[in-house]
Order: sequence, then structure tokens, then C-alpha cells
Amino acid sequence: MSSSTNTTTHHTSTIGSIGTPSRRNTELALLVFAVVIPVFAYANVGLAIDSKVPPGLLSYGLGLGLLAGVGHLAVRKFAPYADPLLLPLATLLNGLGLVVIWRLDQSKLLQSIKQAGDKAPNQLMYTAMGVALFVAVLVFLKDHRVLQRYTYISMVGALVLLLLPLVPGLGLNVYGAKIWIHVGSFSIQPGEFAKIVLAVFFAGYLMVKRDALALASRRFMGLYLPRGRDLGPILVVWAMSILILVFETDLGTSLLFFGMFVVMLYVATERTSWIVFGLLMSAVGAVGVASFEPHVQQRVQAWLDPMKEYTLSRQGVAGHSEQAMQALWAFGSGGTLGTGLGQGHSELIRFAANSDFILATFGEELGLAGIMAILLIYGLMVERGVRTALAARDPFGKLLAVGLSGAFALQVFVVAGGVMGLIPLTGMTMPFLAYGGSSVIANWALVGILLRISDTARRPAPSPAPNPDAEMTQVVRP
Amino acid sequence: MSELTLTVMRLGFLAVLWLFVIVAVQVIRSDLFGTRVTQRGSRRESGRPQQAARQAAAPPAQRQQPSGGRQRRGAPSKLVVSEGSLTGTTVALQGQTITLGRAHDSTIVLDDDYASSRHARIYPDRDGQWIVEDLGSTNGTYLDRTRLTTPTPIPLGAPIRIGKTVIELRK
Repeated sequence: MSSSTNTTTHHTSTIGSIGTPSRRNTELALLVFAVVIPVFAYANVGLAIDSKVPPGLLSYGLGLGLLAGVGHLAVRKFAPYADPLLLPLATLLNGLGLVVIWRLDQSKLLQSIKQAGDKAPNQLMYTAMGVALFVAVLVFLKDHRVLQRYTYISMVGALVLLLLPLVPGLGLNVYGAKIWIHVGSFSIQPGEFAKIVLAVFFAGYLMVKRDALALASRRFMGLYLPRGRDLGPILVVWAMSILILVFETDLGTSLLFFGMFVVMLYVATERTSWIVFGLLMSAVGAVGVASFEPHVQQRVQAWLDPMKEYTLSRQGVAGHSEQAMQALWAFGSGGTLGTGLGQGHSELIRFAANSDFILATFGEELGLAGIMAILLIYGLMVERGVRTALAARDPFGKLLAVGLSGAFALQVFVVAGGVMGLIPLTGMTMPFLAYGGSSVIANWALVGILLRISDTARRPAPSPAPNPDAEMTQVVRP
Repeated sequence: MSELTLTVMRLGFLAVLWLFVIVAVQVIRSDLFGTRVTQRGSRRESGRPQQAARQAAAPPAQRQQPSGGRQRRGAPSKLVVSEGSLTGTTVALQGQTITLGRAHDSTIVLDDDYASSRHARIYPDRDGQWIVEDLGSTNGTYLDRTRLTTPTPIPLGAPIRIGKTVIELRK
């Protein structure tokens, strides 16, 4: 990867190292900012809805501040050279998500259909669990290269996680998508965790195989075609994601895993042909499955003609939903500057207004200006992940960081694209913003791993190691 | 709540949100790290004075070599690749160990079939004298024309040959 770019592009350049300050104080300052913004938003929602500052303001601010503080102290102690931006960005998104979930809790309409009411305290609890996992990752994962040992175990682990929702008695069919399992009174989305575990597997696998995949190829029409046997793994992953699509009827998860694999394959081999193959295969797969799977078909119909779907739903035809159209209306009525927090009517989306569709509330109440800022914040997180990958010195860390940030980016694209009507809607959650325990917890773990890699990558080179032979070896001087 | 207050809050919130984004971007801007790549002139001769000036302007980190009066006037300040695919690459000598080889975590990653993954290392001894040591490579490390068998001090400007790559220490 980097070695070959070094040799080809910088023939006449000077490479010198720049010192890497730890940047922890920058992180703290940004973190304070990232806690103040959601508190401001919370006060704004309260003033707009009840004309008074909400009673929970102080405890909410303290709670979020406490969580952010714990995260910051853990980073300071266990990953002092880690990236200064990831933690504040994640905190801000999580805090804003909490505020909007609380704002939707106040809606009488959503309360009446049991879609809201007590979701914000739950989400705060999930956030606490997420931050706890984040701290645990930093404490117990001293070196990300340890994960390399578990390459094939993580493959099995990811498959098990993905198959869990299909186990009878454990799986849960929620509105057509079988991606949940229930344990006790909790429902868990194993796919969110499978994302991380699968990235570990892909990184470990590609690190070993990338030379074979990159070099053994024939050139045909300007593309490097891989050998037949090297196509094996991509075909397996493709088949796996198609199976997810067929049996769990979840377009998003399937797209996420396949896309993540193609991104990592491209980064590992530098071959554009993989991207071309990946796009072709996912197109073939998606069209193929959509031609016979009714649930997917219906999603595509709703995407092509949301208004018709809306009318059918209004007429009371079963199996249709007005969500997609309502979300588009929410974005439309938001305009450029939005209606203001707490003053929109995104509760009309009804089902999943505070999870999959939470972006519509942001779009309505903060407008185009706000949604662009939110998307930029996601973009910055992905950028920091990719920057970490660039800085990482070991190929496994590079691939893992690319895989995790690629998965994060794809998830944002799939959800935002679905809600905004760019691609068919899928049942996935907006990372950090949306209501949902699995998503919040898994994404905090993801940020934890990224910070660990970035700490290793940015740590200044250690001073020359004392040579154990120094005592015995006599240095010969001329 | 009056309409005016809410409008002010709405616009204020957007402003604060964007301020955060801008501050974050500023942090990224000031957070450049890793390796600094400076393009040199196409001719070496024109490039050199610039580089000397740059080094004079750079913080004198490399000058803080071990104290104790042994600070030679002719101590090398950089390692230069003079032949091979990495020609023109320089690494500032700041008292760190420099590893050479095909392994990805080497300081200088050699893309050379004749190099071993951990081929050689260059490090300063206690007096600040730079030593080159072959790390048991297959094809050997050559200082001038002799193959290294023991860690050997590097004279200024002497070519160290590893496969097709030649490096030397310069002032």
C-alpha cells in the first residue's frame, strides 16, 4: 500500500517526521463545546413546546457531561495520542440524538401509538452502556493487532451473529425485517455488532491474501481481471449478503456488508476492477432478489412512487405505509433554515419516527442548514477514520480502520439515502442519532477501536531501544 | 414563548452548530502530522540551498544530540537515499533508530527484491556516532565495498548499499 506509493510518487521529495503532540486539551475543549450544544438544543425544545426551560435540563446536561468526561479521562489515560476529534463528534451526535428523541417523546400522537414517551431515558441508559463499552475497549484492547489472532474466529462469530435472528423462538419479525432477536425483555440487533466483527475478519484475511489478489491478474480492456480462484472469497461474501437479503429481508445490512468488503478489497489491492465487479454484483443481486421477494419489492415500489404508497395507506390497504412520503414532506417543510427545534410535525411519520426516520425530524426542524452540518459531522468522523488508516503503520490496522470507517460511512449513506428517497428505504439506524440500544452501543465500540488504532498510529516513535548486545559487542572503530 | 425569541434561538442554534463544524475543521487543519513531504527542485543543485535554509529554520531538535562535549562539528544531520527507487528521499537524523527493509513498519520501506524484510538498522551509539548494523539479511549490507559482519560506524558520505538502494549520511 503505502510502500509502493512512496516509491512511485515521491521521487524528489523530502520526508521528515513532524512531532505528534497528544492533543488531549484540544479534545477536552471540543468536548465541552459538544456537550453545550445539545444542552442548548434541549432548552430550545423545552421553550418551544412548553414555553419553559425543561425541568430535566440540569440532570441531562450533567449526565451527558459526565459520560463525555468519563470517555475523555479514559482516552487521556489509555490512549493519550489518539485522535482528538472522534470523541467530541460522537458525543455531539449522541447528545443531539437524545434531545430529538426526547422531543418526539413529548408528542401526544406518538405516545398514543406507543412509539414514544419514555424513549429518552432508555437511550440515555444505552448511551451510558455504550460509553462503558468504549472505555472497556480502550482499557482491555491494549494493541489492536491482538485482534488479528482472531481472524477466523471472528468470521464464525459474525456468521453466528448474522444467523441469530433466523433461529426460531429467538428471532423477532418486526414489520417484515427479521434482524432482531429478543433476550429477556431486550431486543438486540446482532447485525450492528456483526459489522465490527466482520471488519476484523476481512482485515485479517485480506492482509494475508492481498498480494495474491493484487498481483495474480490478467489485464483486459484496461481492467485487471482477477484469477478465477481469487474470485472465491468475494463470491462467498456476495452469496452471504444475498442470503441475508432473502432470509432476513434486510437490504441495508446486506448492502453494508458487501460494500464494506468491496471497499476493503479495493484498499488492500489497489485494483479498480474490484469496485467495478462489486457494483455490478450488487446491482445484479439487488435486482435479482427484488424480482421475487415481496418485501423488497414493496420497498422498491414505495421508493419509486411514495405518493401512491401514501394514498394506499390512507385508504387503509394493509401492508402499506405512509412513512416515506411523510419523511419527504418533513424535509420539504423544513426548508433552508428549518422550523426550529420542537416546532415541526415530524411525528406524522408515526412508526420509527425516532429511530430509522430521525433524520427527517432534523431535516424539518433544523432545515437544510442543520442537516448539512449533521452530515458534515458524519463526514468528519469518517475522515478521521480514514486519516487513522493512512497514519497506521501496520497493514492490519490500516485495513481495520478503513473497514470500520467505511462501514460507518455506508451506514450513514444507506439510512440518509433511504430517508431522503435517493435509494429504497431500509431498516437501519442512523449511527448515534437514532433510538436503539444495539446501534448506540456498537458504534461506541467502533469509535473505541478506531481511537485505539489512532493512538498506536500517532504515538511518536520510541527512543532508540537499548541494544541488549551492547554490553557484549565491541564496536569496531577505524 | 414569543416568536422572536424562538427565531433567535433557531438561528442561534444553527450558528452554534456550524461554529462547531468550523472549529473541528480548524483542529484538523492544525493536526497535520506524520511525514512532511516537500517537493525539491528538479535539479539537485537548485534544491540544496533551499533545503539547507529549511533545515536552519526548522526547530533545532536534531542538534540536541547527547551532551558531553562530544558534539562533533561534522556530525551528519540527515540520511539520503542516493540510488534506487527511493532516490531523493531524506530522513532527518534526530537520534532515532532507522530501520531499513521490506517490512511495512520500517522507517525506510525498501521495495527491492534483494532486500530482506528486516534488513539493516542505523542507530546512534552513546557518543552520537551513527552505526549501521546488518540484521542477518540474505543478501547482505555493504559499506563501501565491504560486506558488514559487525555493527560498524558510518563515515560521512560513505555509501551503504542494500540491493539496488544506496544510502549515505550527509551533513
